[in-house]
Amino acid sequence: MTGRATYGFDTLQVHAGARPDPATGARQTPIYQTTAYVFRDADHAAALFNLQEVGYIYSRLTNPTVSVLQERVATLEGGVGAVACSSGHAAQIMALFPLMGPGLNVVVSTRLYGGSITQFSQTIKRFGWSATFVDFDDLDAIKAACDDNTRAIFCESIANPGGYITDLDAVAAIAETQGIPLIVDNTSATPYLCRPFEHGATLVVHSTTKYLTGNGTVTGGVVVDSGKFDWSQNDKFPSLSQPEPAYHGLKFHETFGNLAFTLHGIAIGLRDLGMTMNPQGAHYTLMGIETLSLRMDRHVANAKTIAKWLEADPRVEFVTYAGLKSSPYFERIERICPKGAGALFTVAIKGGYDACVKMVNGLEIFSHVANLGDARSLVIHAASTTHRQLTIEQQIAAGAAPNVIRFSIGIEDVNDLIADIDQALAQATSDI
Amino acid sequence: MTQNPTDPMLRKIFAETKTLACVGVSMNPIRPSYFVARYLSLKNFRVIPINPGHVGETLFGEEIYADLASIPKDIQIDIVDIFRRSEYVPPIVAQAIEHLPNLKTIWMQVGVTNAKAAEMATKAGLQMIENRCPKIEYQRLFGELRMAGFNTGIISSKL
Repeated sequence: MTGRATYGFDTLQVHAGARPDPATGARQTPIYQTTAYVFRDADHAAALFNLQEVGYIYSRLTNPTVSVLQERVATLEGGVGAVACSSGHAAQIMALFPLMGPGLNVVVSTRLYGGSITQFSQTIKRFGWSATFVDFDDLDAIKAACDDNTRAIFCESIANPGGYITDLDAVAAIAETQGIPLIVDNTSATPYLCRPFEHGATLVVHSTTKYLTGNGTVTGGVVVDSGKFDWSQNDKFPSLSQPEPAYHGLKFHETFGNLAFTLHGIAIGLRDLGMTMNPQGAHYTLMGIETLSLRMDRHVANAKTIAKWLEADPRVEFVTYAGLKSSPYFERIERICPKGAGALFTVAIKGGYDACVKMVNGLEIFSHVANLGDARSLVIHAASTTHRQLTIEQQIAAGAAPNVIRFSIGIEDVNDLIADIDQALAQATSDI
Repeated sequence: MTQNPTDPMLRKIFAETKTLACVGVSMNPIRPSYFVARYLSLKNFRVIPINPGHVGETLFGEEIYADLASIPKDIQIDIVDIFRRSEYVPPIVAQAIEHLPNLKTIWMQVGVTNAKAAEMATKAGLQMIENRCPKIEYQRLFGELRMAGFNTGIISSKL
């Protein structure tokens, strides 16, 4: 180790968390395909179970391949630690679990991935939790929505299906006043474009399925802790600040300081909810992250070029991409995501719903899939798929109205992508 | 707060340390001070427990003393690790300076800081560390925290 305090993003995305395998010298991180790990002796086993030592016990909790991924994402986000899990949706539950309890609520942006809206508006009710949805451009409404039972504020940095950038600094200031953490889903931006902790966020969640893996191979998620939140500042977070009955009365925050949230995620979250990432999945995601910055630069450049081209086309009604000067959120780019507004946006085509369906059917290079952040360009009609469970009002609030399609721009040759869109638009609007 | 040592300095401190005195160590196995003392003794540091409520008993094979002044002169203390509330720290540091001729480092645990004590220690030529835990720093520097997904800051392609 050189002892240097900081390294560039491009170095960290290749190296952070990894080292040559101490047993074999293998340079690439091996896939440790094992469920359990041998203890040195009974004392070692007891110390591990008591959290007095850190080590591998069982792969539901920790695994050497998964650990490399966790440290890598934690490092890229500038956090203290991370817990990987089986999907982005699992990460959201893992982030909320230490904070919430029956009767408690989370204040949530209306501009979210449709699946997250359903998870928060419906499924978490089974735990006795609830969510209050607010337009995050209305800061007074966020404040008004926070009550004595609110335990977190949740939003996306660059919101799916694109075109919206949350003013993270303003929202974080509200969370700080309330003595609660701001949780930011940074999936669409990745830590290359946006670093939510630098804007006051406490926790970051990712669907690693998207840009981090970048090749559409595996689902995964991760929760990253900034390590900056004082869980003992009030009595709102007893699972972290008070003796935790699920871990023989251990006080996580007092015992582990700023490592508390991450260790709680392993020792209670993964232990008892079991939404673990597997080592194969971590391997694919680590492969992807090695090239994250290179891909994101291309994703953003292609998205900008295509959004501009579409905006100038008479067959298009409007394009909602924050990277366009016409966007009301254009001025937030420099502050929130200085390397670009991502590669997701929606397009409204003249001819409405029918034209959207024809457009999706007419595309050749673009894949019609329910995913984003792949190296391949993707397209979806959100209102009839990813945002289908929502009311029309929720769809419009989320930026997924019936007359728009969502593009996730890939890293192919931009001229080929434009030519594909051009011919599909011609088919879609031929009757107009 | 004083400037805490860099990672290379911390490595040097650990390498040069044989014996620590742990002030305010608890006999309760789920208290942080018990964790830390136990861990450091497992890592082959000699840990001298200080707790006036348990004088004469033993913890991890070492006799418990009432205070730093009561440690026998033949035990050379390299680090005093303090598990007391910040306001109680200055007399502990004063006693450490007076009675422990081999002392090199005063280490205040996570949540513990005291400017007056830091000034005394620095004037006496001691290394000051505030608001840190030696167990966490040891685990971070020597790869253990890596196993639980923590950001260790270590970048190296060496075996």
